[in-house]
Amino acid sequence: MIEPAAYMPGPEMNRLQWRALWIGVAVLGVCILGAFRSPAQFFHSYLLAFLFWTGMALGCLAIAMLHHLTGGSWGMVIRRLLESGSRTLPLMALLFVPLFFGRHWIYSWTRPMNLPRQQLEYLDVRFFLTRAVLYFVVWLALAHWLGKWSHEQDRTGDRRLLRKMQWLSGPGLVLYGLTGTFAAVDWMMSLEPRWYSSIFGLLIIGGQVLSAMAFVIVVLVLLTAYQPLGRVLQPRHMHNLGKLLLAFVMVWAYLSFSQLLIMWSGNLPEEIPWYLHRLEGGWRWVGVLLILFHFALPFFLLLSRDLKRTGPKLALLAMLVVVMRMVDLFWLTAPEFSPGRFHIHWMDIAAPVGMGGVWLAVFAWHLKTRPLLPVGDPYLAVVLEGEHE
Amino acid sequence: MLMGRTKPPIYGLLAEFDTPARLVAAAERARKEGYRCMDAYAPYPVEGLAEALKFHHTRVPLITLIGGIVGGLAGYFMQYWIAAINYPLNIGGRPLHSWPAFIPVTFELTILGAALSAVLGMLGLNGLPMPYHPVFHVPRFALASRDRFFLCVEATDPKFDRQTTQRFLESLDSRGVFEVPH
Repeated sequence: MIEPAAYMPGPEMNRLQWRALWIGVAVLGVCILGAFRSPAQFFHSYLLAFLFWTGMALGCLAIAMLHHLTGGSWGMVIRRLLESGSRTLPLMALLFVPLFFGRHWIYSWTRPMNLPRQQLEYLDVRFFLTRAVLYFVVWLALAHWLGKWSHEQDRTGDRRLLRKMQWLSGPGLVLYGLTGTFAAVDWMMSLEPRWYSSIFGLLIIGGQVLSAMAFVIVVLVLLTAYQPLGRVLQPRHMHNLGKLLLAFVMVWAYLSFSQLLIMWSGNLPEEIPWYLHRLEGGWRWVGVLLILFHFALPFFLLLSRDLKRTGPKLALLAMLVVVMRMVDLFWLTAPEFSPGRFHIHWMDIAAPVGMGGVWLAVFAWHLKTRPLLPVGDPYLAVVLEGEHE
Repeated sequence: MLMGRTKPPIYGLLAEFDTPARLVAAAERARKEGYRCMDAYAPYPVEGLAEALKFHHTRVPLITLIGGIVGGLAGYFMQYWIAAINYPLNIGGRPLHSWPAFIPVTFELTILGAALSAVLGMLGLNGLPMPYHPVFHVPRFALASRDRFFLCVEATDPKFDRQTTQRFLESLDSRGVFEVPH
């Protein structure tokens, strides 16, 4: 077994935690002042921030489960980051509460609407809340058990824990697929209750996993400036993470385009307005931005082997992907509040930054309490030693 | 290639190893020693072997990229030519040049072009299938497709010397060193 103390993060994690917390609280405070001027805008921006950071936490959870099922040294080096990310979910559950109280400013269906009966039954406030509670129970349970067993593994190195985490991860991914889809329908698709797209849930899930992958790459590269990760990480680890980033960029592009192609081919009056709201009055340029910087540029750059093996370059690109994830969520939600006329408010940037500060503080708080590598995992030796065993 | 020098009397020397780790270690040692004209043979891909031999930058990725681009462009313009020039049809009042409808086929042909050029480019560059190779003269080389690992230092290497190289290879924890005739 490997000595856990050698892999504890240094004091820089503490600094990050407090800095992020103060910046986050300050920026959120300014946003709350803004809420008194324009409560509707505050909740529109708040929804964007909530979706982005919940998606980040869920993406971390999903990649962690994926890694428990597949194995591989790529996941071993980011497992602690993924676990810390998924353990921010209690914070997101807490941050759902203001969203629920602001629902009148966000969801048009909270007012009387002419919709089919079944749809009105689904979009019932009590049912909406029940579902949200259910999603969070599932997510919190998965994040809790995986985090707990991983912690036990650090101390005991018990091989049975490995099996337990594998056993939970299979059903866990299925549950994530279902809850993620329904959450996307409830929180995003219902912004326009008349519109529906069966691929939408998967599109959001793909986006969450992409956000998380890009985020952990950025954090991992930043951590290589410090010990212990500085002496552990090798170009081949970055190479594998870069390949996965490329794959997830392509999944996002594939799903986004599939939805567009199906709706464009069908040309139905229920479906097309959703795209028209996102293509007219300046919104089109946000879409062009997405095609160029959410797909084309990352795709072509990630084809390069050298870029994938060079940490700082890969991290810079991953940073761009994180920003573009936000732009994508903005393009998916904001046009519903201002269809056909481009509109951006300072809170659309401040709310995600503020919430991000608090999220990052919780992330760093979890990260600093455990070794940066899963020291009890029997396969860790392969990561540390390298190649031909 | 030999530039006026006479053809060496033998092809090279072949060392046999028990484990992939020993082969990789031997390749690394030989490179440090200054040998450059080397090749390694193993029954399955051995991680780290390409790095040890500094066999990295092949032209296969470039050929694949070009094949993919050519396939994609061909796919797109084939559809454009059919739908807009050769056989224009009004489909639901859409423009003749309806690019979203062209993307799936463009995507598929990009992959087809990339995959075919990757396979053919790989075969073209490595010279496979190769019915004759000097190492086949060593009877034990048949084990290279079963459970043995071989490193061949070729006689064209500037540092190659029949006796010194033999002694060097024998010092590398090998099971045996064999002469490879032409």
